[in-house]
Amino acid sequence: MELAFTPEEEAFRAEVRAFVAGALPPPLADKARDGRHFSMPEVMEWHRILHAKGWAAPHWPEAHGGPGFTATQQFIFKEEMEAAGAPSLSPFGLVMVGPLLQRFGTDAQKARFLPTILSGEEVWCQGYSEPNAGSDLASLRCEARDAGDHFVVTGQKTWTTYAQYADWIFCLVRTSNEGKKQAGISFLLIDLDSPGVDVKPFETLGNTPAFCDTYFEGVKVPKENLLGPLNGGWTLAKALLGHERTLVSAVGATARTLRSARRIAAHTTGEDGRPLLEDPHWEGRIARLEARLRAHRMTVYRALAEQQKGKHPGPETSILKLVGSELVQRADELSMELMGHNALSWHNPPGVVPPYEENVGPQFAYNRATTIYAGSNEIQKNIIAKLILGLPKA
Amino acid sequence: MDFDRTDDQKLLAKTVAEFAKKDSTVERFRRLRNAEGEGFDRSVWARMGELGWLAVPFAEELGGFGGSMVDVGLVLEELGKSLVPEPYLPCVVLAGSALRLAGSAAQQERWLEALLAGERVLAFAHAERTARYAPEPRETWARADGEGYVLSGTKVFVLAGHAAEAFVVSARLGDAPALFVVEAGAEGLTRELVRFIDGHRGATETFESVRVPANARLPAAPASEVLVHVQALGAAAAVAEGVGVCQAMLAMTLEYLKTREQFGAKIGSFQALQHRAVDMFVEMELLRSIALEAVGRADAPASDAAAARARQEAISAAKIQLATGGAFIARQAIQLHGGIGVTDEHDVGLYFKRVHALMSLFGDEAFHARRFAALQRT
Repeated sequence: MELAFTPEEEAFRAEVRAFVAGALPPPLADKARDGRHFSMPEVMEWHRILHAKGWAAPHWPEAHGGPGFTATQQFIFKEEMEAAGAPSLSPFGLVMVGPLLQRFGTDAQKARFLPTILSGEEVWCQGYSEPNAGSDLASLRCEARDAGDHFVVTGQKTWTTYAQYADWIFCLVRTSNEGKKQAGISFLLIDLDSPGVDVKPFETLGNTPAFCDTYFEGVKVPKENLLGPLNGGWTLAKALLGHERTLVSAVGATARTLRSARRIAAHTTGEDGRPLLEDPHWEGRIARLEARLRAHRMTVYRALAEQQKGKHPGPETSILKLVGSELVQRADELSMELMGHNALSWHNPPGVVPPYEENVGPQFAYNRATTIYAGSNEIQKNIIAKLILGLPKA
Repeated sequence: MDFDRTDDQKLLAKTVAEFAKKDSTVERFRRLRNAEGEGFDRSVWARMGELGWLAVPFAEELGGFGGSMVDVGLVLEELGKSLVPEPYLPCVVLAGSALRLAGSAAQQERWLEALLAGERVLAFAHAERTARYAPEPRETWARADGEGYVLSGTKVFVLAGHAAEAFVVSARLGDAPALFVVEAGAEGLTRELVRFIDGHRGATETFESVRVPANARLPAAPASEVLVHVQALGAAAAVAEGVGVCQAMLAMTLEYLKTREQFGAKIGSFQALQHRAVDMFVEMELLRSIALEAVGRADAPASDAAAARARQEAISAAKIQLATGGAFIARQAIQLHGGIGVTDEHDVGLYFKRVHALMSLFGDEAFHARRFAALQRT
């Protein structure tokens, strides 16, 4: 058994850390230090900086312009980015549709889309959920009708996060009503500039403009924009969900939130006039979350060690999503409690609360999404019950 | 990063697992629990000695295998799966480690040889009525007297203390703790049998001016560091055994969910119970993960400050997880078994009690949360 990273891996960590420290532009570094919210233009600025370094897509193979990192290097990279508070890049192109294009795309599709995803010249969003298709995604109804050399798409997608900044959307659409509902779904790439597309942003629980509804009214989509086989979209969607889960362990992000919680506890005085961090109640609550994060981190390490041996992440990665998302929320909840009256503050000008507390409330509120997105935690539990524990079907 | 067992470790785990499955079923433990006597079997203890299991963590020059706490952990995990009652943890991990870390060559030769062979039982007499989980003794006193020492005080819940031929005893000598080997027949030492929640036995030991020779004192200094280390090893061992105990309970519970029928269906098809089982599984994986770190770091010497600190952090985090996640598994195992889980007849309750015994030893959740918190301060 070897619990430590190799010297090469530690050197890589140091390299990433040094790069972030030097490359983050001062206004972004200020925000990173206090855990404040990044606007989409700031996220894209960081995307271009990472791209120039060749690190925009740490999980892409070299053949597609990625750096060819090992699974462990990818984890270290993500952990360091999260720990530094650097903007996290829009995942829809880089993490989601990019790898699917690499695996299922035609040569023409790869050549058309991958380079601009990597460079950030084209921004993507995701069109999966519909008002009546959430956890029961396969019941989606947004329809792509075959019209000879093109499809005609009509319907509505929701939670199309940051669609207002996006150039393209990848959608699950209904192409058949025959047989099982999963068997009539296709994966379509749609240009958001197409006539008949309407994007309407709305606010999240954090009062940030991240969410959108996206409407399609007779939108013409060329057939070459079908990814994978006709009526084979469900397979792609499942492949993507598995991929997503390995990236939501959120170890670095939670470590960062807990460090921030320590900072808040050190600078917030209790009723006795002493810092909360000197109160065993508060110190103990922070420490207990840190201890649980340590156990979670070791679970991630075990999964990484398996991946290093060439094994594909299986359903057990559902655990990483379950525990990771719950820890994110518990760390946010604790931060809110530590702030006392300051937890009342909501998007105020600087000075009402310390800069490092400004985004705690909105982050806490928005992060209720972590146990919902990428397959709600209840859906993850259904998956584990069936695929790992072998419990009988209802 | 590598969590694979070596071929030797796989073989060791397999041998212990086969022994437990064939020769030490839960039925055997139940029989011993219900009978008079020591609560374990001296012939099995001797066989463990013959098989070399008692020699795992000791240096080769002491007749050991030169193994690590990782190896000890996988023995305990397998023993835990079928509640093997022989006193592996108190002898090998507690008394054995104290002698290994602090004993003189003569003490090691005299006591470890017999322990490793399974011919003797040695206990570690440390816990006291008022000291709770303090690593240092508070109410057992040693004073120098002529050529030797005189010990006075009371030790409680001494694991295997009812059966031991000798004890490693902690006591205050002046301002600092010290460790002594005391033979069971020493004049002034009385012990009373004590029954434990998990069906194990031990003793309350009263030392009334017990006179020991100078060479009874374990020479390594400072004893305070040794006591902290032994407590940490005990906690790591409790977690390692807890992994086996909890694993067994989870497996029993899943089996029950797949076979028990109510409302015309297997109860494991009900989503409320499925999600509870998943919650147990998640806690199990976290326990397994942090237990690996705990045993992996347990041998870090006190002389390496950074490594010793990481040892304490990992072990405290693991003991917290045993007390939270492990306890959750144990309690839900009973709940999901329903009425049958609350009978003495069903095995699940025996495992439930063992987890709670392990939780009460070597620092509870509050102790380790405080310790973990203190380590984050600097």
